[in-house]
Amino acid sequence: MTFDLLLLALADGFSYAGLLFLVALGLTLIFGVMGIVNVAHGSFYAFGGYTAATIALWLVERQAPTFVLLGGLLVAAVVVGVILGTAVEAGLLRRVQDKDPILQLLVTFAAFMIFEDLQRLIWGAQPQTAAEIVDRLGNVELFDVTYTVYQVILIPAVAAIAYLLLRGFLRRTRIGKQIVAVTHSREVATALGINARRIGWLTFLIGAVLGALGGALAAPITSLVPGVGTDMIVLSFSVVATAGLGQITGALITALMIGVARSIAVYTMPELEVVVPYLIMVVVLLIRPSGLFTVAQARRI
Amino acid sequence: MGLRSLLGACALSMLALAGSPLALAQADKPAELKIGITTFVTGPASVFGVPGKAAAELWIEEFNAAGGINGVKLAPIYLDEGLGGDNLLSEYRRLVQEQGVKVMLASISSGNCNIIAPVAEDLKVLNILWDCSTEKVLEDRRYKYVFRTQANATTEMVATVLYLLRTKPDFKTIAVVNQDYAWGRDSWEIFRNTLLALKPDVKIVAELFPKFGAPDYSTEISRLSALKPDVILSTAWGGDLDTFVRQASQRGLIKKSTMVLPLVESSLERLGTAVPDGVIGGMRGDHYYLHPEYKDDARHKAFVQKFRAKTKAYPIYPVYHMVQALEALAAGYDKAIKANKGKWPTTEQVTDAMRGLEFRGLTRPVRIREDGQGLEDQMLGVTRTLPGQPFATLTNLTLVPASLVTTPVGQRSPEWVKTVKPDLLKSPAIKTFPDAGN
Repeated sequence: MTFDLLLLALADGFSYAGLLFLVALGLTLIFGVMGIVNVAHGSFYAFGGYTAATIALWLVERQAPTFVLLGGLLVAAVVVGVILGTAVEAGLLRRVQDKDPILQLLVTFAAFMIFEDLQRLIWGAQPQTAAEIVDRLGNVELFDVTYTVYQVILIPAVAAIAYLLLRGFLRRTRIGKQIVAVTHSREVATALGINARRIGWLTFLIGAVLGALGGALAAPITSLVPGVGTDMIVLSFSVVATAGLGQITGALITALMIGVARSIAVYTMPELEVVVPYLIMVVVLLIRPSGLFTVAQARRI
Repeated sequence: MGLRSLLGACALSMLALAGSPLALAQADKPAELKIGITTFVTGPASVFGVPGKAAAELWIEEFNAAGGINGVKLAPIYLDEGLGGDNLLSEYRRLVQEQGVKVMLASISSGNCNIIAPVAEDLKVLNILWDCSTEKVLEDRRYKYVFRTQANATTEMVATVLYLLRTKPDFKTIAVVNQDYAWGRDSWEIFRNTLLALKPDVKIVAELFPKFGAPDYSTEISRLSALKPDVILSTAWGGDLDTFVRQASQRGLIKKSTMVLPLVESSLERLGTAVPDGVIGGMRGDHYYLHPEYKDDARHKAFVQKFRAKTKAYPIYPVYHMVQALEALAAGYDKAIKANKGKWPTTEQVTDAMRGLEFRGLTRPVRIREDGQGLEDQMLGVTRTLPGQPFATLTNLTLVPASLVTTPVGQRSPEWVKTVKPDLLKSPAIKTFPDAGN
């Protein structure tokens, strides 16, 4: 593998990692605060994507300028995240908060299946997309290979901004610090006067918006079909598990690792492409069973 | 209650147990003929299943209005293939054993065809493989009750190689990007062996098998852009094909290499102007609303219009495959009734009639061989978008007769395709349609 090819693989890997990171970030954030793996996160991704495609199509028909289209994607993510996030958190999870974690997992799984049917009811079975945006942003050349600006610049940039904003928010704002406190120990945080229920809802919304944003950003490059959420939830779960549940910076590094390893595999041993994320996960979990970046946990009892 | 009246009361359900000693050689004419149709209503393959189902509804409604088979109307029951193999199989058994379904149209997925065929044989129910492509199902075992009313993967892939070599004889390198599952792997196997038999000096520079349902092909496209192969083959379909074509087109890959996309016809309308000119495309048969021999055929034209009115889309190949399966069923029953001196036939009499049956769906006629395999001619073309058109059409159409490119009865495809000779390329039976005007 020459140096040129390595750089190409890096460009592809970063773009891939960007989307994966956004979705995994939402998943890991929700896990941190609520302590559950939210399978319905795949639905946030799918609904974010479909809604973005619908909005983008509507805007393209009205000859909207490019920045309005990009704004449309963001609006789709926020609207879907807030509506679905509230529905799942307040409508379902809050009711089973003190039940067995397995039951909570099953509830989110049921929600995921219901959303999958709803999605087919609304958008049908034909693949949908919002490719116009990618065409408008144009191309860049890298070692004689054409890339789209959207994939190689915009997506990694959005992922980086989301990461920095979230990190700043958690470290510097009052609510952010409360989220960190609840993540660490819900009981102690409640005892200190933090409204854990409100924090839980808020975190869930942020996580849901991030999941939907992943879908919205994927809408212009992929084809949205029934089942699109399933693949994403499996892959982003492997990122979250590898990084250690609840680890934000860990999710970023793991997403990059998986993205780059996957694209290097396509260049050198394409047969391995599909298994690369899971190989990394298995190796990491064998050595560090609670994930790469998990810090020592405070004893609960 | 005597045996006779018991039979009269529930003739349908009893006759389902055709293997039991109660079944009579002479079947009574039923009030209606129940047929089971498996199709994808959920999952990624619903891009084929949903239009296929719409075609069945449309065709059956008209057929029943015109009197059905000798006055017997068809009563369809639909099963979702998205249920997965095991569930589908138990639903399949339930339809046949409990609901008295006499004929099954199953299925789209090759995996499902492989598991259903032996079960149909055990249940002694007539099963038409209406859309799946695996050639193995009818080559590995001889069935009495299983038929295919369309081509198989060998016919499709060999025809594609012929078209490629006739259109672009001097290419030197080829890369493949297929979905990582049975069809992606098997179709490449047949394509590669045929290509190497006809053009041994061709160099295969990359074999990429991205995950089925992969959301993104950008890494594959980067690698292909760096390799610059003369030809890129992809037998992908549905959302995967859409994504691949769109990304390849956005990144200029399609301009550097000749794309060969045997299933692109089913994506053309959705992809709109994202398909550049010069892509070699196929349609798993000769199904095209602009078929040069049948575009003005009254029945075909009327069907295209009604289908568009119903679904707001042009019919794609699974629609034609569904119509072929239903026409074959009707023709098989007609033939069996004639052979039975006008009386309603048993399932066995129908399966006898199916062998050697010649029928017509909406395009060229199809003949069913003694091994149950249909001979369906193949059409391929090159994409071109004329100014003002919302999506690409296929031009320079060529029709390859199925008999030239199908493994002979009793032989197996993996061995047969290696024996294909270059003379085949010049066969006078291959018909080309030069484009009128432009």
